[in-house]
Amino acid sequence: MLTSLSSWLEKTSLSIAIQDVSWVIPFCQTVHILCLALVLSSVVFLDVRLMGIGPHRIPVSALAKRFLPPTWGAVAVMALTGAVLVIGEPQRDLPNMVFQIKMLLLVCVLAVTSIIQARIAANPNAWGDGIASWPARIAGAVSLLLWLGIATCGRFIAYFLA
Amino acid sequence: MSIVAIAKWLEGLALARFVAQAPWVFPTVETIHVVAIAMVVGSIAVVDLRLLGVSWTSRPVTEVAEEILPWTWGGFFIAVLAGALMFISAASKYVVDVPFQLKMLLLVCAGVNMLTFHHVTYRDVGVWNHGRTPRTAKLAAGLSLAFWIAIVTCGRLVSFTTQDEFEPPSTSVAPAPAAARVLDD
Repeated sequence: MLTSLSSWLEKTSLSIAIQDVSWVIPFCQTVHILCLALVLSSVVFLDVRLMGIGPHRIPVSALAKRFLPPTWGAVAVMALTGAVLVIGEPQRDLPNMVFQIKMLLLVCVLAVTSIIQARIAANPNAWGDGIASWPARIAGAVSLLLWLGIATCGRFIAYFLA
Repeated sequence: MSIVAIAKWLEGLALARFVAQAPWVFPTVETIHVVAIAMVVGSIAVVDLRLLGVSWTSRPVTEVAEEILPWTWGGFFIAVLAGALMFISAASKYVVDVPFQLKMLLLVCAGVNMLTFHHVTYRDVGVWNHGRTPRTAKLAAGLSLAFWIAIVTCGRLVSFTTQDEFEPPSTSVAPAPAAARVLDD
């Protein structure tokens, strides 16, 4: 089904336009990586703090307020540039197992991030100031591992071409 | 000894052959390089944006720098190590690759910018630590952001111009990535 969807997608005029303009794909990949830099750094700073190993000078709630909004913004740009890449080369991505795993991990990490954000908003003091609680440590570690997995899948898509 | 001869010699090293030929070593090193450089660029952006007066303006510059820069240096160290492994695996192709040469030049520029900032502007950080940063600090931060964005762009273009050669043997049955073909057309 995904293969036939890809065959249809790559014949659409939008896909052909993306394929025909030579700089679109490298441009989108570069923007995608720059946004990954924002996302990864932001979540590393927040997640290590949640895990209780980051700098303790700033409360978790302040860190979340500083880093989560830009993270969501960068994720939105990554979704957009990622969509252009998929539409431009659907056969490379949609039927690709690594791409599918990446999307699954992405759904998981967005859910985990939403939970973290909601918990911190609901109770700014519970998740951070002083010694990190176990739920906070686990949430931080899960978020960090999921993002590393997503970055790894992103790189490995090119090596698992169907 | 010419630079190409040195590159050829590097390629012959057992370690270089291992990175080039062992299945999944190259993509693994590449992934480490990407994650590390993401850490470098993202963390340096935090410091640069503070210097530009865009974000975290309520916090002292020195405090932001002390917290964030160890991550930048850690990421940079890992990125250089992983990058060196990728480089020796096909050194003679990289040394003549224009995006690669540009990337190295931009790295030097970023380094000179950083050293200048550190030894000139940052010396009297005590004066502007808590408030508005001087124009020279803003200039250094803007240049830093521009250099790093350009470095990432060049890094992406390196793989576009040389990608075909770097596919590990295990994927040689698969067609070349469409992205590389688009540029070849």
